[in-house]
Amino acid sequence: MSDQVTGGSDVAPADVVPLVQLVTPTGERVHEPDNRYAARVAHLTGDDLRAMYRDMVLTRRFDDEATALQRQGELGLYAQSAGQEAAQVGPAHALAAQDMVFPSYREHGILHVRGVDPVDRLKLYRGVDHGGWDPAEHNVHLYTLVIGSHVLHATGYAMGIQRDGAVGTGDPDRDTAVVACFGDGATSQGDVNEALVFAAVNDAPVVFWCQNNQWAISEPTTRQSSVPLYRRGEGFGVPSLRVDGNDALACYAVMAEALERAHAGHGPTFVEAYTYRMGAHTTSDDPTRYRERAEEEYWRQRDPIDRLAALLRAEGHWDADWAAGVDAEADALGETLRAGVRALDAPPTTSMFENVYATEHAQVGTERRWFTDYEAETAGTGQHDTEETAR
Amino acid sequence: MSTQRFPLPDVGEGLTEAEIVEWKVAVGDTVAVNQVIVEIETAKSLVELPSPWAGTVTALLAEEGTTVDVGAPILEIGDGAAGAGEPEPTGSGSAASGAAASEPAATDGESSGSVLVGYGTSDAGASGRRRRRRGAADAGAAAPSAAAPAVPAAPEAPAAPEPPAPAPTPQPAPAPEPERIARAMVSVPAASAPEDAPSSSRVRVLAKPPVRKLAKDLGVDLASVHPTGPGGIVTREDVTAHAASAEPRALATYPDDDQPWLASGSVSDDGRTTRVPVKSVRKRTAEAMVASAFTAPHVTVFHTVDVTRTMKLVERLKGDRDFADVRVTPLLIAAKAALLAIKRHPEINAAWDDAAQEIVYHHYVNLGIAAATPRGLVVPNVKDAHRLELLGLAEALGELTATARAGRTTPAAMSGGTFTITNVGVFGIDTGTPILNPGEAGILAFGAIRQQPWVHRGKIKPRWVTQLALSFDHRLVDGALGSQFLADVAKVLEDPAHGLVWG
Repeated sequence: MSDQVTGGSDVAPADVVPLVQLVTPTGERVHEPDNRYAARVAHLTGDDLRAMYRDMVLTRRFDDEATALQRQGELGLYAQSAGQEAAQVGPAHALAAQDMVFPSYREHGILHVRGVDPVDRLKLYRGVDHGGWDPAEHNVHLYTLVIGSHVLHATGYAMGIQRDGAVGTGDPDRDTAVVACFGDGATSQGDVNEALVFAAVNDAPVVFWCQNNQWAISEPTTRQSSVPLYRRGEGFGVPSLRVDGNDALACYAVMAEALERAHAGHGPTFVEAYTYRMGAHTTSDDPTRYRERAEEEYWRQRDPIDRLAALLRAEGHWDADWAAGVDAEADALGETLRAGVRALDAPPTTSMFENVYATEHAQVGTERRWFTDYEAETAGTGQHDTEETAR
Repeated sequence: MSTQRFPLPDVGEGLTEAEIVEWKVAVGDTVAVNQVIVEIETAKSLVELPSPWAGTVTALLAEEGTTVDVGAPILEIGDGAAGAGEPEPTGSGSAASGAAASEPAATDGESSGSVLVGYGTSDAGASGRRRRRRGAADAGAAAPSAAAPAVPAAPEAPAAPEPPAPAPTPQPAPAPEPERIARAMVSVPAASAPEDAPSSSRVRVLAKPPVRKLAKDLGVDLASVHPTGPGGIVTREDVTAHAASAEPRALATYPDDDQPWLASGSVSDDGRTTRVPVKSVRKRTAEAMVASAFTAPHVTVFHTVDVTRTMKLVERLKGDRDFADVRVTPLLIAAKAALLAIKRHPEINAAWDDAAQEIVYHHYVNLGIAAATPRGLVVPNVKDAHRLELLGLAEALGELTATARAGRTTPAAMSGGTFTITNVGVFGIDTGTPILNPGEAGILAFGAIRQQPWVHRGKIKPRWVTQLALSFDHRLVDGALGSQFLADVAKVLEDPAHGLVWG
């Protein structure tokens, strides 16, 4: 186990890729002596596991409802997370409150755990806002549609944390890490590779959380890399490993270890969470054109939510009333989302001036005044309601 | 009852229109929020649209097969509040209203939108049946002044009273979920499906959700599947086996009607003719034929050939373990022969680009197979067929034909062909002069194979003989090239060992 994490010293045969797994697809714990990851989840109680399950179910429901809303013309676009719940909810549960997450655009499970309002999460996809939430409020950066660019931002942010002295202090409420989420396709982007260079040589407190969902739109991973993706991290001297991305507990454990390393000031980790995109790339995509039904079926049998449910049952944490309650909660979430999204309107036009700079800026202030005056003069003449509402 | 209209959304990014492929609901149906109401085809994909509201369908505003602009209303849904007493709004013929009369009472009681995602209220299962009735009635209703009985379906008049026949099924009001699904999937009415007779078997079906999904995807009625799992559970294998055995039946796209070509037509006043709008596959076929026949000067050459050795090879391969799971047919060998001949004469695998005044030579072969389907002629092609060995080619051909027969051939599968084979032999025809698939330079017609007297090694022997015909675009293919190409195809069929020499 340890060899693969340090990377390089143990050259695994090409056909055997070491994989961290704590729960099998049928919901049984993996019993391996010396598995240091098992120790990282030993403290999780039945309540903890149920909380993870609940978050995964709500994330799936959010996903289904958002997909339907797009098909009903309420969203311009939507990127589904179905199948990747374990690789999002699991690691999110391991985060410290002060840790900062840089998602790409499919991390609905992480946003859910972080408490970002479900309706806010869809503002971007409805096309009414470039962001939708205040990153500082939840320690989640905005969604980034440009593939991989935010990984550099995340690394820069992590280097900023180093300069703030918020790593290696030993204070669990102070030491801060950054999680950069991206996909298999992004690993082919220059930005991600540059970020790995910077993170490695600076020992930046960043976790590169790569969800390998097998498909970069229609391009399979095999056409992106000739080696398993986690070995790309090794090439930069970053401890790297592959985890079963449909195993919420393994994802939790691996993230916990990576965060510990980052918090302690020992630098970055590259994690390849091996999972599967059960839906389309986005609502504009039709995966039946490039992948086999049999493959989808294979992964459907490995649904991460089913796996955690099986574990809960096997270990006596399952309770039918409670599960029905979760389902009811999911239904309620669906209705909240539906009503909320339909009511979403564009923010006041002057909001575009608000976050250009962190502090008040003379030139932007002048432009805002000019624009406000212009809007007042032309009120009622355009098709847009120009009435300004205070936020 | 207040109503809302659902405008066609842009389900891609920047799409302007989509074609209505199939309505999943009919007027009078109760729908739940997110229940699938219609399947549409955009420039990008086939997409199912979920209902934005719960209520009762009061109008379908676009017909199947029509192309609708994004933003145009396609469906009207009433809140169902006062629906109980309302008459069927369209009054679409006696059969439909007769059926409707028996159902609204059951419907409106539970039309509220409390049921979510895809399953519908317990009455939703009726939609499948009702839609077909409506379909049958529509042909009559579409003829404005039509005397109702003079509908095209006249010959099978006994079918008319059929709709109310499945009356036993709508009865059980508190349908448990499996039954609802089973009912929703009644895909072939009793009248036209031989093995559908035991409709009384519509009892509770046991199957896991992924299996139900598979059955739905394959269009299989779970109730008609023989369960082999423990405790009478329908397994995945049961469903796939059933789908495979039922495959040819997929041809019955218009289950109620043995004159599918008359669907959506209008009958003349005297009932002696039916006018059917030209659309969809028929329209595309016509355009392609005209474009091809009047731009590419066609020349056709013929060759009669002794294919006895090919027939022996086919028999041998049928017994070969590797080929156990695929269909080995003379067409397969003909396809391989054409690929080998293309390899020897790559100039025929080309296209005339009139706009650019260039000839486009392809370094790959997308081998088209003309297929007769319930919706008409389609020519899907096997992508990169030149790379496939015989087994791979057999698998690809099998999949392509199965998809075509099921009516699921996608536009992508039909585009980009470089050479086509049309197997007129399956109809018992000796040969023909095929018209080129537009954009291609050659098309091979494969005739019927019969035993005929043939001079073999100096004696008259009964041999398996067929006729080949090759049409080619004379702008870029000369007579010599076309003839040599056809001769090479014939050589392989006459002695498949040429495949070794040329392969």
